[in-house]
Amino acid sequence: MSTPKATDLGGRALDFVMGIVEAPINGFERLMGRKRMPYLFLAPNLILFGIFTFLPIAIAVGYAFTGGTGLFVSDRPFVGFDNFRQLLQCEDYLRPGSCRESLFWTAVWNTLWFVGFNVAATLLVALVTALILNRAIAARGFFRAMFFYPVLLSPVVIGLIWKWFLDRNGLLNAFLQMLGVPPEIFLLDVGWSRFFVVVVSVWFHMGFYTLILLAGLQAIPKDLYEAAAIDAASPRRTLFRITLPLLGPNLLVVLILLMIRSVQIFDEAWVLTNGGGPGTANSFIVQYIYQMAFGSDLRLFGLASAASVLMGLVLLALTLIQLRLGRKMES
Amino acid sequence: MGNLKLTNVTKAFGALTVLHGIDLTIDDGKFVVFVGPSGCGKSTLLRIIAGLEDISAGGIEIGGRDVVQLSPAERKIAMVFQSYALYPHMSVRKNLAFGLENLKFKRGEIDTRIAEAARMLAIEPYLERKPRQLSGGQRQRVAIGRAIVRNPDIFLFDEPLSNLDAALRVQTRAEITRLHRQLKTTMIYVTHDQVEAMTMADEIVVLNGGRIEQVGTPLELFDNPRNLFVAGFLGSPRMNMLKGKVMAVGEAGVTIDVGYGAPLAASIDPAAAKPGQAVLVGIRPAHFAVGDEGLPFVVQYHESLGTETYVYGTLEGRDEQIIVHQTGHFAPRSGDLLRIMPLSGRVHVFDPDNGLALPQTVSQRSDAYEHA
Amino acid sequence: MSQGLSPIAFLTRTRRPGRIGVTDILSWAWLVLGTLAVLIPVVWAGLSSFKPAAEITRFPPTLLPRAAVQQTVPGFNAPLSLWTVDVDGQPREMAMVRRIGLKAQMVDPSNPGTPVSVDVKTMSPVQRLTIATENYTDPLTRFDFLTFLKNSVFVTFVATLLTLIVNALAAFALSKYRFRGEKAIFVLIISTLMIPLTVVMVPAYLVVVGVGLVDSLWGIIIPTVASPTGVFLLRQYMLTIPDELIEAARVDAASEFRIFWRIVLPLTAPALAVLAIFSVLWRWNDFLWPLIVLSSRENFTLQVGLNAFQGEFSVQWNYILAMTFLSLAPVTVVFLFLQKYITTGIAGTGMK
Repeated sequence: MSTPKATDLGGRALDFVMGIVEAPINGFERLMGRKRMPYLFLAPNLILFGIFTFLPIAIAVGYAFTGGTGLFVSDRPFVGFDNFRQLLQCEDYLRPGSCRESLFWTAVWNTLWFVGFNVAATLLVALVTALILNRAIAARGFFRAMFFYPVLLSPVVIGLIWKWFLDRNGLLNAFLQMLGVPPEIFLLDVGWSRFFVVVVSVWFHMGFYTLILLAGLQAIPKDLYEAAAIDAASPRRTLFRITLPLLGPNLLVVLILLMIRSVQIFDEAWVLTNGGGPGTANSFIVQYIYQMAFGSDLRLFGLASAASVLMGLVLLALTLIQLRLGRKMES
Repeated sequence: MGNLKLTNVTKAFGALTVLHGIDLTIDDGKFVVFVGPSGCGKSTLLRIIAGLEDISAGGIEIGGRDVVQLSPAERKIAMVFQSYALYPHMSVRKNLAFGLENLKFKRGEIDTRIAEAARMLAIEPYLERKPRQLSGGQRQRVAIGRAIVRNPDIFLFDEPLSNLDAALRVQTRAEITRLHRQLKTTMIYVTHDQVEAMTMADEIVVLNGGRIEQVGTPLELFDNPRNLFVAGFLGSPRMNMLKGKVMAVGEAGVTIDVGYGAPLAASIDPAAAKPGQAVLVGIRPAHFAVGDEGLPFVVQYHESLGTETYVYGTLEGRDEQIIVHQTGHFAPRSGDLLRIMPLSGRVHVFDPDNGLALPQTVSQRSDAYEHA
Repeated sequence: MSQGLSPIAFLTRTRRPGRIGVTDILSWAWLVLGTLAVLIPVVWAGLSSFKPAAEITRFPPTLLPRAAVQQTVPGFNAPLSLWTVDVDGQPREMAMVRRIGLKAQMVDPSNPGTPVSVDVKTMSPVQRLTIATENYTDPLTRFDFLTFLKNSVFVTFVATLLTLIVNALAAFALSKYRFRGEKAIFVLIISTLMIPLTVVMVPAYLVVVGVGLVDSLWGIIIPTVASPTGVFLLRQYMLTIPDELIEAARVDAASEFRIFWRIVLPLTAPALAVLAIFSVLWRWNDFLWPLIVLSSRENFTLQVGLNAFQGEFSVQWNYILAMTFLSLAPVTVVFLFLQKYITTGIAGTGMK
């Protein structure tokens, strides 16, 4: 027979290990029968899901109605809607300072502004890039890869790279100096720091949305364009009357997805702005939840949970819209 | 031992019953073909024998052993699947070895059996190849080889030729038959192709709507179909059907009036027929003689195959198509009026109410046909 | 990517061969500028990570990592810095002994005699291309980055392995069996795709405390092993494996588990590879959850460690950037080799 090769030996070793692993599993099969095997195969997954996903969901809501600093529900007094009242009590919702929990409302407004700018900017940049990449352009694969690359990086890495780029002694200031503009400490300026949080977010995520939109564009049948060309449609008309309407459903899904993710802005902004600075200019909702629950020794789990529940409701609404759209798209 | 006994095997998927109490005994060493139209339950029955499907009720014995509770592996069967189901990531050798390894055979024994099967099927040159590197016919042989190395009590074949082209199908048919003669193991073979059934089987089981219509040797079924379904299903082109009425009942048989003043004689048990009873008369295309007297047949067109000719037409003044088979060259023109007469002893009579054949006085034997 | 095109053909290969319109020029401008926007911050950080501590904050910065040159001169205990000095209209390299106000005392390093006094305005430091490898070695040896790195590698490897096994088993059950509750379980698992970590992070933390995994690497590995994305991806792929193969294996006396690992698992390799790549990226880059669960320094992953380090040593950019690059390098390598796999995987599943 054939002489054993290295891969054969590896295979034999694996066979040996699996032989040990499978013995008890085969025992279960002999004992319980083939029909019960799927339950055994599902068991690890379902147990982990149960403990670490379903259990937290179940207790998340309950937690929002408790107070104190205890960790477990049994150590925590029931406080009814107190946490929600604390979060929502406001003289004027437009002025966070007038609210009982002014930090929360600062975070809410910061998040809303961020979502607005970030969604608009990301969508625009991703759409333009996807439209360009959809043209029969040379080196499309290279550019697609280039734009996609940041998506794979860690938010911490991105925060640090940009922090350095925007540093007082960073490249951007060096470039500005060449143009005769005095250096600026961007991240210590409220306006600039907010601007660059959006820039970094667009830089980070646009490749992902470009990819999704590009897939949508490439699903548009080519013969439609050929028909439009024969009908002497101008490129602009082709774009607005054929491409965009047909891409419409994809755009809507991307829009909702972008909103869901923008609401949860935290990691890269946290690193970039040294925890939401300057002051609270870049303090967002997730940061508020994190700081209430883990950021200090206060451990305000009840308040943090109440805020989570409120944010969860918003996300749930967005998700339901997305599912609706998805179903409409399929039919 | 590879004998099989099914008692009252019933299978239901929810509210849908696909097998209605199948009773069947298969002797050791027989080549049995399950045949029937698609959806008749033949594949389900095979998979039940294999242990791939549970039964809702009934019993299965293989070699006298109750196997209902046993897994496929414990039933000492091997199966050749319609798609061959070769493991695509394993070489041919590994495909053949997999089952034996699962059964903890010794390495040497595995090698011996693979070598033997490979020689028998002439697949030795391909043993190290992957299935995708093989042609359809080669894959088919590997699939059979995988069954052979298991040395089973019963081979199960699920429409194994349906993915082959016509020429290869004829060749592989012959190979499987040869294999059966060589191995002398029980083989159960499912097909919807009556030619495969007629040419390969020791015994044919005709299934329809989850019930067994008839069991018998190919020629028994051809010569003495038990009912209209079997009569229509076996034989190509199909048996011609004429409406008629019993005229007279005599000692030797009955005479049937199908019109045109030409009564037909049929060797039917006189006790089973009453004068005036409405019947269906079945005559195979090959069992007509063209001559000076008989039923008036108006030719529409004909197909000449060289050694034989099929003539299509109707009885004068009627709509039902009648096919007449003649050997050799025969070229009637469209509109020609021929006189056709059934060969004696070749008239089948059915009760139109229940579709059953009226019992014959003497079995219409196959040798009679050969001398006709 | 490269198809061996000549530069001209490369530039003109647009929609209509031979004609370059305004749209084409704008398109190219957009793509080139976009590429630069992606690359410049990363490359800049990379170049900076090789600069010595003294050089990194120099403004305006130099592009390449450079450092002032020092030289030992006979008669002086400490090494002296080298400067280019204008002597009688001739540039010369001289070593600075000391500096007094606007004058500096310089000696000829090869022939140190009496120091001469030189106007500081006429001198500039001698710099050579220098790669400050200590930016990488110091954090690993003197600070805890070797531990962070080890933790990250451990978490990434173990979590990916477990993710593949646990989700492949579940996908096998959900694709190749029909059993009571099959549909309900599938819907239940998929529905968790909709629940973001940020919403349940407080109770999830409490559960992790409850099961005693807080401040442990297992506390960040185990909670996210069961992945709805993974189950979905693998199940969809396994559905394409013909059921007759499974039945053939059953007839071949294979146990159900053996069918899983000898037949189904090898045939699912492409989907497993995609999931493995994603799992590695997720785990390596994971930040918020480890930030919550891990509290002692010896358990930090690279991401959490980097974040903590930048808080403590906000001025030591040379170390921070070097460690940033250490974290970015494997991802970049993975991307370079598996770019096609990743982009088609994402376009196909819409996951990230």
